Amino acid sequence: MSLSRQHEMHKRRFSRNLGLGLVLAAFVALVFGLTIAKVSDDDFAVTTEEAS
Amino acid sequence: MSDASLNTTSVKSLEDEATFGDFFALLKPRVMTLVVFTAFVGLIAAPVSVHPVVGFAAILFIAVGGGASGALNMWWDADIDAVMKRTAKRPIPAGKVTRDEAFAFGVALSGFSVVMLGLATNLLAAGLLAFTIFFYIVIYTMWLKRWTPQNIVIGGAAGAFPPMIGWAAATGSVSVEAVLMFCLTFMWTPPHFWALALFTKMDYDNAQVPMLTVTHGRRSTRVHILVYTILLAALAIGLGFTSVGGPLYLAVAVVLNLNFLKGAVDIWRRDEAASEADKYLAERKFFKASLLYLFAHFGAIAAEALLAPYGLGGW
Repeated sequence: MSLSRQHEMHKRRFSRNLGLGLVLAAFVALVFGLTIAKVSDDDFAVTTEEAS
Repeated sequence: MSDASLNTTSVKSLEDEATFGDFFALLKPRVMTLVVFTAFVGLIAAPVSVHPVVGFAAILFIAVGGGASGALNMWWDADIDAVMKRTAKRPIPAGKVTRDEAFAFGVALSGFSVVMLGLATNLLAAGLLAFTIFFYIVIYTMWLKRWTPQNIVIGGAAGAFPPMIGWAAATGSVSVEAVLMFCLTFMWTPPHFWALALFTKMDYDNAQVPMLTVTHGRRSTRVHILVYTILLAALAIGLGFTSVGGPLYLAVAVVLNLNFLKGAVDIWRRDEAASEADKYLAERKFFKASLLYLFAHFGAIAAEALLAPYGLGGW
C-alpha cells in the first residue's frame, strides 16, 4: 500500500488542521473584539483622560 | 522515509491517529455544557451590565478552563477509564490520544484560559478559575477520588464554581448570591452521582473507586441520597428569596424539589431486590430528573434576570 494523495490519512489530517486553523482564526477575531470592547469602555476613556 | 518503511511501520499508528474530534472529546463537551450554562447564568444574574463581547469571552475562557481540567482528569484517570464501560471509549483508553498528549493539552489550555480570563475580565475571576482547575485535578482527581467515599461530595465543589466565576467576572467580587449558586450545584452533585453509582455498580467496583456504594453499601447510599436531597431542597428554595430569585424561580424550585424529594424517597424505600427486578427504574428516573433539575433552576435564575428590565423578573 502506498500513500497516494487520496489516502484517508490526508483527509483526517486535513480535518484536524482545518479545525485548528478555524480555532486560531476565531481566537484572533475574539481578541480583536475584546480590544474594541475594552477601548470603547467608559472606564478606559476616563483612565486615558486622567493620564493626559 | 520511503513508501516501503511507511508500509511496514506506520499503518497501524496512522489508523489510530487522533482527529480534531478526539482532542475535543478530551474536553468532556457534555460537562462543558453545564459549565457554560451555569457560568452564563452567574454572569447575567449579576447586578451589573457586561459588554456582550467581554461576557462571551468570559464564558468561553471559563469553558476552556473546565475543558482543560477534563483533559487533565482523563490523563490521570486513564487506568480507571479503561476498565469502566461508561468511559472505555474515551480518547486515551481507545488509543487515539496518548497520556502525554492529553497532559500537555490540558496544562496548555489551563494556563491559556486563566491568563485570558484575567485579561478579559479581572484577577478575581481568573484566580477562581485557576483554583477550580487545581481543586478538580489535585484535590479531587489525584487525592480524594481514590481515597475516600466522600470523593463526590468534596469533588463536586469543582463543578460548582462556574456560576461564582461568572458572577466574579461581571462584578469583580463574590456575594451571598454567588455563594448560594455555588452551593446549589455543590449539594446537587452527590445525589446525582450516587444515583448513577447505584445503577452502574459493577463499573465502580471493577475500577476500585471507593464510591459510597462500594465502601458503605447500597442501603447507606440510598439514605445519603435522601438526606442530601432534603438539604438541597431547603437550599434551592432559600435561593429564591435572594436578589437573584423571584416568583418564577420560586415556583420552579417548589415543583422540582417536591418531585426530586419524591424520587429520593422512592429510592430510599426500595431494596436491591426491587431495584434489580425493574432494572433500577427509580434510580434511572431520579438520575434523569437530576439533569433537568439543575438546568431548570439555573434557567429560572436566568429568566428572572432577563425579565427584570421589563419589570417582570425578580422581587
